[in-house]
Amino acid sequence: MNQSTPPLLSPRPGLEKVLPDGGARKRLRRWRAAKDYLAKYCVGTFGVGVIIALALIFVYLFSEVLPMLRPAAMSVQASYEAPGGRNADTLHIAMDRHGKVGVRYTSNRQAVFFNVLDGSESHRVELPLPVGATVSAFGLAEPRTRLAIFGMDNGQALLVRHEFNERFSREGRLYDPSLEFPLGEGDEALLDVVEDGTAIRAISVQRGAGGISVAASLEDGRIRLVQFEETTNFMTGEVSVRRNVYDLPSLPEGAEPRRILLDITMRNMLVGDDLGRLHYYDVSRPAQARLLDSKRVIRRHDAQVESLEYLLGTVSVIVGGSDGSVSQFMLVRDEENVNRITRIREFDGHEAAVVGIAPEYIRKGFATFDDRGSIKLHYSTSSRTLAALDVGDRPLSRVQLGPRANALFAVDNAEQVHLVNVRNPHPEVSVRALWDRVWYEGRSQPEYVWQSSSATDEFEPKFSLVPLTLGTLKAAFYAMLFATPLAILGAVYSAYFMSPKLRQAVKPSIEIMEALPTVILGFLAGLWFAPFVESHLPAVFSILFLMPVALILAGFVWMRLLPKAISNRVCNGWEAAILIPVVILVGWVSVGMSPHLENWFFAGDMRQWLTDVGYTYDQRNALVVGVAMGFAVIPTIYSISEDAVFNVPKHLTQGSLALGATPWQTVTRVVLLTASPGIFSAVMIGFGRAVGETMIVLMATGNSPIMNFNIFEGMRTLSANIAVEMPEAAVGGTHYRILFLAALVLFVLTFFLNTLGELVRQRLRKRYGSL
Amino acid sequence: MKDWFKKGSPWIWLSGGAVTISMVMVLGLVLMIAYNGLSHFWPKPVLEFEYQLEGQASAERVIGEISRSETMTAAAMREAGFHVPEDQAVVVRHLIKRGNRDVTGQDFVWYLEDFMSNKRFPEDILVLERLQWGDFYGFLREFVIDGEVVTIGDDARRAFENTLQETSQLVREINVIERVNIGDVNFRMEQLRRQLRGLQLNETISDEQRAVLEAEVAESRADLDAQYAELEQRRNELRREVSRYAITMETMGGQMRRIPLNNIVHAWRPNEMSFFQKVGHYGRSFWDFVSGYPREANTEGGILPAIYGTVLMVLIMSVVVTPFGVLAAIYLREYAKQGPLTQLIRISVNNLAGVPSIVFGVFGLGFFVYFLGGNIDQMFYSETLPSPTFGSPALIWASLTLALLTLPVVIVSTEEGLSRIPRSIRDGSLALGATKAETLWRTVVPLAAPAMMTGLILAVARAAGEVAPLMLVGVVKMAPSLPLDGNYPFLHLDRAFMHLGFHIFDVGFQSPNVEAGRPLVYATAMVLVFLIVILNLTAMVIRNRLREKYRSESD
Repeated sequence: MNQSTPPLLSPRPGLEKVLPDGGARKRLRRWRAAKDYLAKYCVGTFGVGVIIALALIFVYLFSEVLPMLRPAAMSVQASYEAPGGRNADTLHIAMDRHGKVGVRYTSNRQAVFFNVLDGSESHRVELPLPVGATVSAFGLAEPRTRLAIFGMDNGQALLVRHEFNERFSREGRLYDPSLEFPLGEGDEALLDVVEDGTAIRAISVQRGAGGISVAASLEDGRIRLVQFEETTNFMTGEVSVRRNVYDLPSLPEGAEPRRILLDITMRNMLVGDDLGRLHYYDVSRPAQARLLDSKRVIRRHDAQVESLEYLLGTVSVIVGGSDGSVSQFMLVRDEENVNRITRIREFDGHEAAVVGIAPEYIRKGFATFDDRGSIKLHYSTSSRTLAALDVGDRPLSRVQLGPRANALFAVDNAEQVHLVNVRNPHPEVSVRALWDRVWYEGRSQPEYVWQSSSATDEFEPKFSLVPLTLGTLKAAFYAMLFATPLAILGAVYSAYFMSPKLRQAVKPSIEIMEALPTVILGFLAGLWFAPFVESHLPAVFSILFLMPVALILAGFVWMRLLPKAISNRVCNGWEAAILIPVVILVGWVSVGMSPHLENWFFAGDMRQWLTDVGYTYDQRNALVVGVAMGFAVIPTIYSISEDAVFNVPKHLTQGSLALGATPWQTVTRVVLLTASPGIFSAVMIGFGRAVGETMIVLMATGNSPIMNFNIFEGMRTLSANIAVEMPEAAVGGTHYRILFLAALVLFVLTFFLNTLGELVRQRLRKRYGSL
Repeated sequence: MKDWFKKGSPWIWLSGGAVTISMVMVLGLVLMIAYNGLSHFWPKPVLEFEYQLEGQASAERVIGEISRSETMTAAAMREAGFHVPEDQAVVVRHLIKRGNRDVTGQDFVWYLEDFMSNKRFPEDILVLERLQWGDFYGFLREFVIDGEVVTIGDDARRAFENTLQETSQLVREINVIERVNIGDVNFRMEQLRRQLRGLQLNETISDEQRAVLEAEVAESRADLDAQYAELEQRRNELRREVSRYAITMETMGGQMRRIPLNNIVHAWRPNEMSFFQKVGHYGRSFWDFVSGYPREANTEGGILPAIYGTVLMVLIMSVVVTPFGVLAAIYLREYAKQGPLTQLIRISVNNLAGVPSIVFGVFGLGFFVYFLGGNIDQMFYSETLPSPTFGSPALIWASLTLALLTLPVVIVSTEEGLSRIPRSIRDGSLALGATKAETLWRTVVPLAAPAMMTGLILAVARAAGEVAPLMLVGVVKMAPSLPLDGNYPFLHLDRAFMHLGFHIFDVGFQSPNVEAGRPLVYATAMVLVFLIVILNLTAMVIRNRLREKYRSESD
């Protein structure tokens, strides 16, 4: 009893005092009303809170997916006069990864380091370029190497690399930027590409595993390749460098090289000419370098190749045309195993000539800019043009993205530097990238591929959800194929034919099956059933064919051939119990006969036979998953459809039987028809469970995201994929959000299936009520 | 026959068969897990045989237990490189557990029945369960103290058996020192380190205050260092004592192998054990399994931390899920206006039970671990950053995630219970002048308590078997310390924990020696299955009782 409640019986004597006085009663009433009120609101708050918490799941999943849908944006943050003065051209401009310190290479031999935010110069370094010569060509290696090369009109070249040398101290991040000369200090820094003083017209440099390569085209049309072969002495660790010079064949038909590109494998060289064509040289053995392919890469005939740049990893190349077109090309092997320059996609172009292309440091994205001052951001894999920005009307001469692609420098021809903020966190995602065939780098055709990570930095993430969705459907399909007939037949039998006593034992046992942890089913499927199936393949198929025959035969023998004295003793409704030995016997015989069947029909090894016939066989395959997951789904379908069949009003079936229909006719024509919505909802809910099941698929398949419906191969499902990759995904990254998207898809799908099933079931209940 | 078909009887038999197949599968599965899980602890006889493949000069002597046998086609074996006679169609092969991983490298090897000869079960084979390298099979030859052979033959056996008892006692003592005492000291040192770091980061106190406090920390630190040194010395003494004894064993290849006694957990001679000795051995190994710590990448030893973690996680989950689930159900059934909206909410809650558990795991990882946990770390544990305290998978997040996952189960079950309470009981209470709240708490809720209990048990059963979401929000392969121990604040909600279901997944699929771990996986699975079946049966019994009770009262 609550302490504050006044005692009902007053200790004072007298009849009128038995009840508390009016004041106390009033207080008590008020107190009780207050408690009632309080309880109402407490329960209300809790109840609504719980419901909101459950709704939060959906909201939260959605909120993690949402940032992928937001468009990219660019905005000018600051504009300032080019550090180091307007009187020289900008050859190159770059910033460090935190967007604090920048460097500008000028045509008057300076490297100017400056504060990115306001353009104030911090210090400058004089480049050791030869006196009396002018810079006639400039080239960049992959941006992340920070390696640049100056080509001079006297045939010499200078390799430069800038370092920002960031370090941490108590005051925060400090920078100590400097220049490095990879070929050596002083005079050694200069490379004499041609000893005869011919001017360099275009130059390219790349650093690969084997060392540095430089390719240059000269005034007189020659193309020259210089390779610095680095060999490390295993004993001392010393690096020795050998320099090799090769002359490559000139371009055909007197075309003039405009732009040269070397890749990081040192095998391929691309040259863009003045006739709108791209040429491919195989330089894997530079002494025998050959021109293998030439192709026109601009569709309009009067247009030129205006700009040419490799994307990260130097596998595919972006071509900007004087007509404003932007397209991507790649070397793809044809039927004769020869690399051909192949157009793989096009992007939203510009209205004016695309004068330059700036690739990203760590992704396959890039920016293009034209001579009317507009910049566009693109992404290769998703073939998206993400954002556009006009920075004034002046033609742009240079654009460079920051290392984290969150800022860029744009320099116009009046040497005004614009610092542009870029917000572009998820360019990899588009409907097409997720759901359509995509032509990935290094592949010979567009494909559906899921491959989210790899060991190398220049890897192109492949986020096609198609293989995962197909895998999910494949697993669910085979599970349903196994479970539906067993569960529905079983439900009909136990609801309609089975004796009540047996039913009381059978129904709870099958329902307990539902509670079995799926990790146990998965472990048995992966460790016991998969090897068992592999070594007893014929048994699996013989059980499939023999079982129904044996069941019917057993029934016939029992009802017709056995003396009535025996068969009548066990009355109707116990067929299932009678069949137990039959089922066990069929299973046992099939397994025992398996090696012999294998010897008779499949030359001793059915697995080998399947491979010969043309089916790949994985040990952990859809067959194993189908059985294991079917096992997990049977109780769900069984339980719901059993209820539906059992609740069919008795007067319907009795009417049917009274009209002379056999029990089986009654089942098929009356019971099943009436209960069909219930059975449908059972199948829906079972399907929902199969779609979302994780542990069984994780353990009983090879988890390889393949694209077929072969029952002897595995799959990777959405749910297993989440379980495998989620712990490793970088928080907030595209991969992380795509996994959230996968979870959201699963959530919505199963929620939809369950709701559908539930609604159908409720309608059915109403209909039973009215019958 | 035709007539029989016409009547549709075959189809009745066929549908009956569907039930039979399902039942046979369920029972077969449970029996198989039980058999495999239970038989692992029974001391199997150790077989000795000669093995000579065709073309081999001399026979090889093999000692080991038969792990399992299977019948293969001769063709498949021929393909694998065995010379099976042409006229033979099938071959029987046995997987022999030879143990001695440190000697032979492979502890499980397939042998073909046809090439085995001279099989026998020698009485004096000794099996050693070791701390490292798995089991050892061989013959005891010498007993060694301080590197010198003391006795041989039967005397060695006696000396070995007596000494083993003493050394296991000492080994146990060493374990206690290492796991409990040194663990305590380490924990307190870690706390001091955190305190010190907090002092350094704290800007509100003056330098003198800081110096004073730092001196205090340093003092307790020195104290702990002294304790640690003492414990370490004691441990080293024990270790020295234990490592004096060793035995020399002869392996199946005839090699002599010296094995220190501190590496031996148990020793037994299965071929000369009587039935009751075997029963005793069985009981002891089973107890070791349930109460021991895992060894050798979880493929040996016990599963105590996994049981502990599972139970603790489920308990915390129950504490969270019960009030919330029950109150939500009471709200939906008793207070909310019954209309289409309530109906919609009811259906949605019901359907949440069918949403894949991995989705809850993703939510738990993103919302609980990264968002909530990350913010808690920012606010209260900034001194340990960047290493996370609550911002990484932990017991509390796993429990909360599973509480969300099982909330629909509790709500649905409680609602069902509430809806079964006859209207007359409510009306009676109201007619006597009780308010709605009094009616609820005094009559309706007590009557519906068994239904809530059912819901809770079902929730616990579901939570105990769920693994997929836990892989994201809290379980680990090997937790260095239990989430509940003698160190303040005793219950460490921020620790990751081990779990039976994940243990099965890990040992079965991610361990380097799957074959060695297999029996333990079966045994773990058995423990889990029985736990869950018992919980479910309890729930079912309670529910049926409840139904019977109200069937009579409402009529």
